[in-house]
Amino acid sequence: MSTRSIEPAAVALAPGTGGGHDHPSLQHHFDNLEQQKEASTLGMWLFLVTEIMFFGGLFTTYVVYRSSWPREFMAASSTLDWKLGAFNTAVLILSSLTMALAIWAAQVNRRKQVVFYLIATMILGLVFLGVKAVEYADKFEHHHVPGPNFVWSEDAHGEGGHAAAAPTPEQAAFAHHVEIFFSLYFIMTGLHAVHMICGIGVLAFLLVPSWKGRYNSAYHNPLECTGLYWHFVDIVWIFLFPLLYLLGAHAT
Amino acid sequence: MNTSNTVPHELPPPDDLVDQPNYLNVAYGLKSWLLTRDHKRIAILYMISVTVFFALGSLFALLIRLELLTPEGDLMQPDTYNRVFTMHGVVMVFFFLIPSIPATLGNFLVPLMIGAKDLAFPKLNLASWYVYNLGGVFTLWAIFSGGVDTGWTFYTPFSTNYSNSYVVATALGVFINGFSSIFTGLNFIVTIHRMRAPGMTWFRLPLFIWSHYATSLIIVLGTPVIAITILMVAAERLFGLGIFDPRLGGDPILFQHLFWFYSHPAVYIMILPAMGVISELVAAFARKRIFGYKFVAFASIAIAVLGFLVWGHHMFVAGQSLYAATIFSVLSMLVAVPSAVKVFNWTATLYEASISYETPMLYALGFIGLFTLGGLTGTMIATLGIDVHVHDTYFIVAHFHYIMVGGAIMGYLGGLHYWWPKISGRLYPGFLSRLSALLVFVGFNLTFFPQFILGYLGMPRRYWSYPPEYQVLNVLSTAGASILGIGYILPLFYFAWSLKYGTRAGENPWGAVGLEWDTTSPPPTENFPVIPVVTREPYDYTSEEVHRRTTQQEVPVVYQVD
Repeated sequence: MSTRSIEPAAVALAPGTGGGHDHPSLQHHFDNLEQQKEASTLGMWLFLVTEIMFFGGLFTTYVVYRSSWPREFMAASSTLDWKLGAFNTAVLILSSLTMALAIWAAQVNRRKQVVFYLIATMILGLVFLGVKAVEYADKFEHHHVPGPNFVWSEDAHGEGGHAAAAPTPEQAAFAHHVEIFFSLYFIMTGLHAVHMICGIGVLAFLLVPSWKGRYNSAYHNPLECTGLYWHFVDIVWIFLFPLLYLLGAHAT
Repeated sequence: MNTSNTVPHELPPPDDLVDQPNYLNVAYGLKSWLLTRDHKRIAILYMISVTVFFALGSLFALLIRLELLTPEGDLMQPDTYNRVFTMHGVVMVFFFLIPSIPATLGNFLVPLMIGAKDLAFPKLNLASWYVYNLGGVFTLWAIFSGGVDTGWTFYTPFSTNYSNSYVVATALGVFINGFSSIFTGLNFIVTIHRMRAPGMTWFRLPLFIWSHYATSLIIVLGTPVIAITILMVAAERLFGLGIFDPRLGGDPILFQHLFWFYSHPAVYIMILPAMGVISELVAAFARKRIFGYKFVAFASIAIAVLGFLVWGHHMFVAGQSLYAATIFSVLSMLVAVPSAVKVFNWTATLYEASISYETPMLYALGFIGLFTLGGLTGTMIATLGIDVHVHDTYFIVAHFHYIMVGGAIMGYLGGLHYWWPKISGRLYPGFLSRLSALLVFVGFNLTFFPQFILGYLGMPRRYWSYPPEYQVLNVLSTAGASILGIGYILPLFYFAWSLKYGTRAGENPWGAVGLEWDTTSPPPTENFPVIPVVTREPYDYTSEEVHRRTTQQEVPVVYQVD
């Protein structure tokens, strides 16, 4: 007859073998906290995989057009303020640090520090979005927003208004390709900003339970998963920054 | 063996069984359904939504077939016809075929088959149903405002620059609906990795689980790409951005690449779960261990992987380089290998088996035949030369309906008939259900086989009128569609009837093996009184122990004492 042997891996999942059997944060369908943690961490990583594919479609589009029109992309890129971009990059990296510190604080049971670092992360995120808003306003001012009001003049980088003689077909084509760069710029940075806003929302959602001390050395899974997400959004920006801002360095 | 369990367990006559506490009678009222986190109830919710969208899609199909009854475009304007076939495609692909098996049968069975209490993320599961319906609302909004006429493929620049229909609403509907697929796929992967019962090793998983695992991989990797693509189309229409706009130098073909990168694998999202169903049915009604279990399991994974490498075969005439087209052609033919492995292994399982021709098995046998025809014509049109000839003709329409309708829907109906006793606790009338299986098979072939011929003769897709010499075949097709329609309507009635008047099914009416048959019908909310411990391979129809169990002479499983 079959020997009814139980694989070692299965034993780990069996009820009564893990800790935290009646922990208040343990959901009914999991056997123990460890299984719950493994499940939610795997789920978060899979979600990040979908995010990579999501942004991957954009990066693919970028690569295709960037290789088609390198000059136009450089010219358009040089209108972006790389200093603001660099500042934002620093802000985001710092926010990833504070996020990691929040998780650390939970692991060592420092309740108030968890809240402090979460708020710091949110403030840094808001600073990033504020700088982004300034940059967007600048695009609107210079008519660099794609659409019927888009203006591109090579000398004045689209100071707008003073429409000179009708552009040659080459100039018109150049301007069109620049418009595609800005379309990509707005979609890529816009979707990144949407992800930032979602992240800040989730952080706000975690504040109250953190204040109540629900996250501690035994259970801090929501913090960790949010941290994974936050770092991911950070990494997306680290790719966006050189692709969009630093390309123009070669233009002059 | 544990001798204390071998005392014959006397079952009262089925009709006298009182309902055990189960997931259906545990609570009543709308709230207990709309806020449920039970995967079984969510499966029922999905079943209702999916059926509504199937009916809607079928209505559009009916309009198409009525228009094509005569060569003249006499029922509707060409523009209306464009909208009708587009809505047929959008509703059927995104709101029926993709969620059909995974979100209903998959949702119900994945935790049961692996011995878990629920999916890993029950709230996410419920959210996916709401998100699905939200996407549906957007699509219905588009339909009732006047529809969309781009074809379900949303090809640019027509969709972005020229179409005067409700592209954005439809695109948003599809975009939102994508999230519900992702939630389901993500939930399945985590559940299968982390929630298996003790002893349920990877190679003891039912093939239904393997195929859902492969499907989930495709969903997780593919769906985000169409999400971003469709978002770019919407942004282009809404805000005047110019990503695919040829007037700015944008590349509409890039859209096709991004679109088919998801939408070809999406074909496997539709067919793989059906293949999983068929593996279960064939083993259960042939009463044999499935032939080449590991090959069938890995064939699912192989199809998922290869499926991502063949999207270019939709673009053979779109100005692709000959080298790219040749490579895509070869890769497309490679998909036939794992698909054929499955068909051969099912056939080998049937060889010298004692087959019982219950209703689900009729669907399974129908699937094997129709899928083979659909697959073989798929290899034909993967060939560059033939594809150039039949591209955009009814040959293509017939081919993918053999896979989608002859494959996916046959699988869905087969699975529904097989697990209905488990889902509802009741049996449905045997004669009527066999009749409907027969009607579906006959009606299907009469509808779509003539379309192969039509296409080969040169009748193009997406036209509302055609030369008179094609009429005979088109009339046959319309006649077949009406038979098919009756075949689809019948189950609605006898399933509903069975809920009240059907004989009580007992826990294992088919004498099948698998953890889902080891619990009561309908199962309790927690699925199993205690978590089962798995000690056997799947499809173990030969061992003495299983024989005793499936003839219901003994209390079935050996439960682990907590």
